[in-house]
Amino acid sequence: MSNPLISARGLTKKFGDFTAVNGIDFDVFKGESFGFLGPNGAGKSTAMRIIGATAQRTSGTISILGKDPELHGPQIRAHLGVVPQQDNLDMHLTVSENLYIYGRYFGLPRKFVKGKVDELLAFAQLEEKRDTKVEALSGGMKRRLTIARALVSEPEILILDEPTTGLDPQARHILWDRLFRLKEQGVTLLITTHFMDEAEQLCDRLIVMDKGSIMAEGSPASLIKDYSTKEVLELRFGSDRNQAVADSLRAMCDRIEELPDRVLMYTENGEALLEKIYAADFHPKTSLVRRSSLEDVFLRLTGRTLIE
Amino acid sequence: MFIPMAVAIAEARVGKRGERIYSSRVPQLLERGFIAFKSSTYMMVLSGFIEPVLYLLSFGYGIGTLLPTIEVGNETIKYAAFIAPALLATSAMNGAIYDSTMNVFFKLNHDRIYQGMLSTSMGPLDVALGEIGWALIRGFAYACTFMAVIAPLGLVVSAWGLLAIPAAVLIAFGFASCGMAITSYMKSFQQLEIVNIILLPMFLFSGSFYPVSVFPVWLQNIVNLLPLTHAVNLIRGLCLGHINLALAGHAMYFIVMIIGGLFFTTKRLNALFMK
Amino acid sequence: MSLIGIRQGSLQLVDVARVQSRGALYVAQSRIRQMMKWIWIILGFAIANPVMYLISVGIGLGGLIDKSVGPAGIDGVKYLTFLAPALLAQAAIQGTMDETVFPTLEGFKWSKTFYSMNSTPLTGRQISNGIFLAAIFRATYTVLLYFGVMWGFGAIKAPHAWLAIPTAIFSGACFGALMQAMAGKLEDENIFFTVLGRFVMMPLFMFSGTFFPLTSMPFYLQWIGWISPLWHATELGRHLTYGHVISPTMVWVHFIFLGSMLATGLFFSGRIFAKRLAK
Repeated sequence: MSNPLISARGLTKKFGDFTAVNGIDFDVFKGESFGFLGPNGAGKSTAMRIIGATAQRTSGTISILGKDPELHGPQIRAHLGVVPQQDNLDMHLTVSENLYIYGRYFGLPRKFVKGKVDELLAFAQLEEKRDTKVEALSGGMKRRLTIARALVSEPEILILDEPTTGLDPQARHILWDRLFRLKEQGVTLLITTHFMDEAEQLCDRLIVMDKGSIMAEGSPASLIKDYSTKEVLELRFGSDRNQAVADSLRAMCDRIEELPDRVLMYTENGEALLEKIYAADFHPKTSLVRRSSLEDVFLRLTGRTLIE
Repeated sequence: MFIPMAVAIAEARVGKRGERIYSSRVPQLLERGFIAFKSSTYMMVLSGFIEPVLYLLSFGYGIGTLLPTIEVGNETIKYAAFIAPALLATSAMNGAIYDSTMNVFFKLNHDRIYQGMLSTSMGPLDVALGEIGWALIRGFAYACTFMAVIAPLGLVVSAWGLLAIPAAVLIAFGFASCGMAITSYMKSFQQLEIVNIILLPMFLFSGSFYPVSVFPVWLQNIVNLLPLTHAVNLIRGLCLGHINLALAGHAMYFIVMIIGGLFFTTKRLNALFMK
Repeated sequence: MSLIGIRQGSLQLVDVARVQSRGALYVAQSRIRQMMKWIWIILGFAIANPVMYLISVGIGLGGLIDKSVGPAGIDGVKYLTFLAPALLAQAAIQGTMDETVFPTLEGFKWSKTFYSMNSTPLTGRQISNGIFLAAIFRATYTVLLYFGVMWGFGAIKAPHAWLAIPTAIFSGACFGALMQAMAGKLEDENIFFTVLGRFVMMPLFMFSGTFFPLTSMPFYLQWIGWISPLWHATELGRHLTYGHVISPTMVWVHFIFLGSMLATGLFFSGRIFAKRLAK
């Protein structure tokens, strides 16, 4: 493999006594889609801000395109397209003005940016909203505009902090489609998310983070293979009985997790297990067999769910 | 190897002074100001100009019927001619303070506009200078229109009065850079109110409406420390043609304010967005 | 999350008749409680404002004016005495207006608290009246403090001067009610504040005979005073604090002018609130 675009060793960020990022190591290579999966407060956004050259690390090393972000902030940011967790569009301007002026902030010539704006409006499917004030856009449109804006400088690396949080399912799928196309064009994607389906859809490789540390690293498929079984059986016995029943079911599967509202049983064959349970005279109120997901990986690693 | 344009532009600044905080993008930020201005409400724009004119009519001519002339040193001048320069100074202050406090506070805390700006290859000093630069352009426009009102009324006695316009810009620069520095430390809207509470006594006691010599000496000493006093004295000196070394001192006061304000603004923006 | 017990049920717990009769008081109470968070700043400003104005304009500028006009004085008195009742009326009007306009905008736009109030048995009119009552509370202590400062500066001359206190509160209430109705209609507050501040309040403050007698303005500008609540309030205040001469008819005119603002304001404010909440 070639040299990594981004390489971090022992990366640490403290805010007073609180350690947001606790000595993490990772490498991101050109053209891949790299994910940070973890619950709120895991340190994902902080890590992204350090990579975005807008936050200083407390210790450790990081190099982005061979440079230290603390010494070469402007030069590194010139390579990056940043999509923050909360949209920070310029509310006083229209859609096209937002794209235009952002390009100008990179020092790009007027003529170049003007041409770019049309291209980006088409990409974000916002041609009809060209002269609309940003305030009047829907959440999904604002998000698409923020992503389009991040592309105005033709960045090599696109940093997306929770790109689809707060969007409805349809808007999410449109966004995912746009991100795929960028990846096809060779843009390196860095994505944080607390949605397992998003991580599975978008990421070639990801790190699972919790409380500032990396819990595991790998492709979505390999993580599921390493840390979970093929299928999961979800059972609900009623909030007062889950615990008691779980204790008696424990011997019937590889692993069992009790959540406040349901019991998760890890197995290679969910349907067969369910039959066995009925045969043993247990009668869950509801039952569901599904494939293992990254959510299960996270539960296994931390004992907690991703979205609490 | 293909190098994207944005990167080439950023690389060209390597090795320049302050490359980590400044990327020479002030013109681009002013361009943003103009674009946003095009769609702003003209009522708002007009209102910044109307305030000093109202004061001039009310105090200059209304109070002027009770107090037709006033003594400055050993010279007797029309009351309106006495307060007109002070109103120019005050409006330069008010405009700059408004642009650099209320406006900046919203961009900082609600719109998160600066966060977006600073994720490009710009630095915090670009943002500070761009914001203040825009306040100065407005201040310049207001100063010109106000002069265009008072000069035909015969309230500018000396040709030195032309210099009152750049002086008003200097004053606005001082207030804007300090205002922005203060705002960057503010956490809530209520704290920002403190700025307005400070402005009122400054306005009332800075010798805008009568010479500070009517005060007892201890109060004069305090008043002489206030920035607006220096602003009023500077512009009044120019409009009345009282040219002396003290004017340079007043100007110096604002140069110090500018440097101090910029220093703290940049430092604070760095801490807010780059830490 | 722990469980919550539902035992009696809302039919038992909520006394709807009581809310219907006292709702406005509940709203006022909640507003006043919020005011109390900033009470020291509000009180400090309520004292500092008159002190600064009276020293700077009343004594500083007033000293020069008194010298200039000679023993005849302005309206027969010293400039400070002439100015003080106008500033009192201005403080009442400004204070009440702030306390009606800002909470109204906050309730409808900024934090939308009126909508949550309205989802209890409280009605739009009760919310409107409650905000108004809280504003009167603010006007009351602002005026009391202002009057105290005036007294301290020796600007009170007539025996029945204390009547200027309720008169000033009344004037503030009248304008505040009207502004509350307007604020209830408001969609874009930025422009409103600019227009209100610079094109309405400023000219009123400057040209209502506040700093110099209305009659010293050219006749074609004096109408600004006639339509200005501040002028009507100031005339009454001057009459009460130092015996400024006005005819009994004019006393009625002033009161009727102000009173009609109050009635119109309160009536429309209640209606506007109810309509906007139901939209």
